[in-house]
Amino acid sequence: MPVAAKPALKKPVDTMSSQGLASKKASKGGKGKTPRGKDMDDMSEMGEVGDEWMQQKTMVKPDDQLELTEQEMKEEFTRILTANNPHAPQNIVRFSFKEKVFKQVASVDQLAIHFTLDGNMLHKDSDEARRQMARGGLAEAAPSEPAVAEGEEKAEPAAEGGEGEAKPEGEGGEAEKEEGATQTAPAAKDGSKKLTNQFNFSERASQTFNNPYRERGTQTEPPPRVNFSSTANQWEIYDAYAEDIQRQEKSKEKKGFRGQQESTSRKKISAIESQGDDISRIEKPAKILERMVNQNTYDDIAQDFKYWEDVSDEYREQEGTLLPLWKFSYEKSKRLAVTSICWDPKYRDLLAVGHGSYDFLKQTRGLICLYSLKNPSFPEFIYNTETGVMCLDIHPAYPHLVAVGFYDGSVGVFSLTEKLQEPMYKCTAKGGKHTDPVWEVKWQKDDLDNNMNFFSIGGDGRVVSWTLVKNELLCTDVILLKLDESPADGADGTQLFTLGCGTAFDFHKQTDYLFLVGTEEGKIHKCSKAYSSQFLDTFDAHHMAVHSVRWNTFHPKIFLSCSADWTVKIWEHTSNMPLFTFDLGSSVGDVAWAPYSSTVFAAVTSDGKVHVFDLNVNKYEALCEQVVVTKKKTKLTHIEFNPNYPMIIVGDDRGYVTSLKLSPNLRKIPKEKKGVEAAKGPEVEIAKMDKLLSLVREPPPEKK
Amino acid sequence: MTEAAGEPKKEEAQDFRRLHSYPLIRHSDMNEEMRTEAMELCVTACEKFSTNNETAARMVKESMDKKFGSSWHAVVGEGFGFEITHEVKNLLYMFFGGEKAIIVWKCS
Repeated sequence: MPVAAKPALKKPVDTMSSQGLASKKASKGGKGKTPRGKDMDDMSEMGEVGDEWMQQKTMVKPDDQLELTEQEMKEEFTRILTANNPHAPQNIVRFSFKEKVFKQVASVDQLAIHFTLDGNMLHKDSDEARRQMARGGLAEAAPSEPAVAEGEEKAEPAAEGGEGEAKPEGEGGEAEKEEGATQTAPAAKDGSKKLTNQFNFSERASQTFNNPYRERGTQTEPPPRVNFSSTANQWEIYDAYAEDIQRQEKSKEKKGFRGQQESTSRKKISAIESQGDDISRIEKPAKILERMVNQNTYDDIAQDFKYWEDVSDEYREQEGTLLPLWKFSYEKSKRLAVTSICWDPKYRDLLAVGHGSYDFLKQTRGLICLYSLKNPSFPEFIYNTETGVMCLDIHPAYPHLVAVGFYDGSVGVFSLTEKLQEPMYKCTAKGGKHTDPVWEVKWQKDDLDNNMNFFSIGGDGRVVSWTLVKNELLCTDVILLKLDESPADGADGTQLFTLGCGTAFDFHKQTDYLFLVGTEEGKIHKCSKAYSSQFLDTFDAHHMAVHSVRWNTFHPKIFLSCSADWTVKIWEHTSNMPLFTFDLGSSVGDVAWAPYSSTVFAAVTSDGKVHVFDLNVNKYEALCEQVVVTKKKTKLTHIEFNPNYPMIIVGDDRGYVTSLKLSPNLRKIPKEKKGVEAAKGPEVEIAKMDKLLSLVREPPPEKK
Repeated sequence: MTEAAGEPKKEEAQDFRRLHSYPLIRHSDMNEEMRTEAMELCVTACEKFSTNNETAARMVKESMDKKFGSSWHAVVGEGFGFEITHEVKNLLYMFFGGEKAIIVWKCS
């Protein structure tokens, strides 16, 4: 066969190649020739029979065939048949994005597709096929019923082999369909199985909605930066250490809040930045600002305080005036009366005000406010107390300690440096507190053990000495104010004493142990700390309660008393009769000696007037009688002279403290003869007083 | 005369060195705990490498990097001026031993 095929092949190859046609045609020709070859094989099989018929074949030449020589015709051309696709390109170059170059594709696809036909054949077990069969089965249900019936019987799980009629019918293509039909018919009859179409199937695809993409970019803020520059030298280091050591030493010495204020006015080189809360860091600057604002607001008052002198005093010999300056008030104190006022001995612009109530029936809380002249609108320190404050006193050596007497009879000591609202020391009921309001407290010198102590006088008739020992107040009864009646006999044979009610006391400036006590009965007792059971002397001073007794600032023998019986009396403690008596027209709340003169004193009354007297100028009348309150029916309760400035402060029962400046006439210091130096000091004052007294003692021929 | 004056001065100077040897923070805007930790670290480094400023600074810088994040800078010396940019709340400038000045700041 290949022999027969070859020459057949050769012929067209030769002719074609000489024409220079593509090898493809040759292969096609080759391919085309093979069936013929096959036919020829068949024919050759039959040709054994009819060989001579074959040999009579003649060469047929087409007209346009190449004329070739015999030699050329015999020439063999080898053609290698490969499986390569001649139409496929031999070198495909693609751009590689990864390497960003053009790269030759390694192998080129040699597959050539000559013919494609989309078929529509289904596997008979697939869903679609089943569906179609079901549909087809329903259509052919009628004609194939007997077959179906038989099929049913066949389908039934009855082991009946006699279904041969259905079986042979089952053979063949149609039977398949019927089988399928029978298979699906019972399924249709069941109605629960899925119907699948065997031949017509449609593809169904779906895709969920893909959300569109969006690019989003952001950049965080970089941490904030700041420049810093400095120099690090040996001298810088030294200076810094020296400053730090200085500051440490200073902080050890500091006591009390006032010292810090001096340093705030100086510029600070911030060596260490404090990491405090932001609000608390501006506390000090805020305080300074507040003072500045106040000074600006009350600037004219400050100017008056410093510089203004009443010019008209030159024309009025025996009269003076009081110029109102600042008015101190606190909103919560407006319903409380001022029960006591006290200047701070060390800080010259600080004053302490105690608020309470004099009304027996209406007793509410109390208040202690400390004001500074630099800030009249708001107190520097505020302490709220449960009971009314009746009296207070600031320690002369330790200005942060304030002794306070309360309406309920207890006493306490507040410390201004501690940030407590409670007193640092407080006496208890067991500790011997008074059973009636404490009317006055006064600090004394430190006792032998260097403990601080103060005295208090209360309405229960006891004068008690309190000592600050460690954390407690120890009390000692100094004296009992016994009334002048015969002691009554008690049940057990003990003697009961009725006690008077002490309302005021004052200690002698020079002789420490000597003190005066004023009572509600109007008596004044001269007492000594040494004698606890007896008075040194008693004066029948007034008809009503004694509100205040005061020793003269300079003269050791003179004292002053004022009472609710409208009178102010001046006494010499050796004599039983008053030296001077002044009737002021209304209950006198308080009286005070001037610190600069032995003959000047001031008194306040319930009708809102301040009376200032100078005995050197006028022995019978006040130099100044002035109403200082704005509203009528305000009673003035207390008065104090400022030890440094020509100023007095007056407290009233509405909770206001008014400050007044004394005009020059009221602060006269006696003129010396020309040529002699103006000698100041207690001796002069004493001499002045003595001169007065000498006039009084011996009835003078003329009275001015 | 001058010698006699010089001697008490020397003694004074030594005295001051002794008195001024405690660590003194000149300027810092760190928060409290970071500041104390950094200060302790600087003191330790200076005491350990009292002769070699470079290794002391290296120790400080590496420890700060580990504890508080990258890019700390440390300078240890006895006489220098500087102008730096630092991230807020990450600066410590202190003196130690009466002679040494240490500045440590973060800036990435």
